[in-house]
Amino acid sequence: MTETQTYSFFLGCVMPNRFPNIEKSIRIVMPELGIVLEDLEGASCCPAPGVIRSFDEPTWLALASRNLALAEKAGHDIITGCNGCYGTFKEALHSVHEHPERLKEVQKILKDVGYKYKATSDAKHVVEIIYEKGTEAIKALVKRPLTGIKVAVHYGCHLLKPSKLRPWEQKQKHTFLDEIVEATGAESVKYKDKFTCCGAGGGVRASNATVSVDIAKEKLENVQDAEADCILDACSFCHLQFEASQMQLNKEMGEHKYQIPVIYLTQLIGLALGLDPDDLGLDKHVISTQSFLDKVLG
Amino acid sequence: MERDNIETENIDPEFVDALVEAGADRIRTCIQCGTCSSVCPSGRRTAFRTRELMRKAVLGLKDEVLSSSDLWLCATCLTCLERCPRQIRTTDAIIIMRNMAVEEGYMLPPHRKTAKKLLQTGHAVPLDDANQEMRKELEMDEVPPTVHSHPDALDEVKRIMEKTGFKKLIEEEVEG
Repeated sequence: MTETQTYSFFLGCVMPNRFPNIEKSIRIVMPELGIVLEDLEGASCCPAPGVIRSFDEPTWLALASRNLALAEKAGHDIITGCNGCYGTFKEALHSVHEHPERLKEVQKILKDVGYKYKATSDAKHVVEIIYEKGTEAIKALVKRPLTGIKVAVHYGCHLLKPSKLRPWEQKQKHTFLDEIVEATGAESVKYKDKFTCCGAGGGVRASNATVSVDIAKEKLENVQDAEADCILDACSFCHLQFEASQMQLNKEMGEHKYQIPVIYLTQLIGLALGLDPDDLGLDKHVISTQSFLDKVLG
Repeated sequence: MERDNIETENIDPEFVDALVEAGADRIRTCIQCGTCSSVCPSGRRTAFRTRELMRKAVLGLKDEVLSSSDLWLCATCLTCLERCPRQIRTTDAIIIMRNMAVEEGYMLPPHRKTAKKLLQTGHAVPLDDANQEMRKELEMDEVPPTVHSHPDALDEVKRIMEKTGFKKLIEEEVEG
């Protein structure tokens, strides 16, 4: 969409309620890039694709559609910084577009609570809109080049898959997030199994913490092997997973082996734009970002 | 030697039809190649085998599939769905089976807890005191502009969950 750069900002659950520092970084960095975020007043859980969609797909679809109806009412596309919420909205839209009977059912439910719903607002990811702005535009805004910073980029799953329902030209071996990271002057390092899951999704973190944390552990160790200064994500749930799993692993093992700073995309961009680290919430991480900040601020 | 025989009485021929009807339309074309299991991050560290699950589903071993907690080891990373040479939407099939399992009353307690939070607050992960404080420190609205700040909006969300039967689904079962 070129006619408008205003989006209905969908927060979800994990971002506003567990990592408000990420929310803050999105709120201050996006306007710097010329993107206006309008609050989506009264939005609920997306709802969670892991547990809620697995429990009852019609409920998941109805609640997702209500959130989309709020954006439709505001006249904008919805924007989210969580891969799970992104997946929910993309799949919910596809579901009603492909199945007119489901759209009718959802419209009936929403009408009873006072909404008209046509499924016309699209869902966008924060990364998608930043990438649309272009890496050259970011480069032009950089005031504090992140030269020498080694970043391990983590895409997550639902940002990329199912590939048939995603906007990316490539189906695999994506580079768009690496390109954004490198526009800040940082280096995106290669590491093993870069495109694998963080392990949090599908309700696995809630019900099978051991398995979930073990998936994260493998990923974190691959990042350590690459000698990266941080792991970078663009999803609040992956972010929670990497922050919390490192704390859990250190506690279990009685050591401090896992100390990889977990940086959200807009925090990295904000640093490159010269913004204050505290304003970007970098002083409010579970795993200290000090080693990373020392290198950035030199 | 004891063998795990597949008893005829355990085969529900309508199970696979129900899966196909619900959207797992290519599941019958499974050739048991094992690509799904080979790319599965959960399968890498547990006995969960997507291939086995697909085979059992096609065979119609409904009760065995729906009652197994293995069904909940899928992290929905969608890698198997991308890689399946038969273009079976494996992850979708798993979600369909999970919906069926829940309908039969199989819910893992932590998941029911998450569902209850959604019923009560409109958020699967609601705000807590520590994060309300952090929001304040970050000079943002102490309570986010979601259903948390709008009781009327929360009421809508609750009414939707009553209408779809979600409230009944979550609350009627005895605590497991």
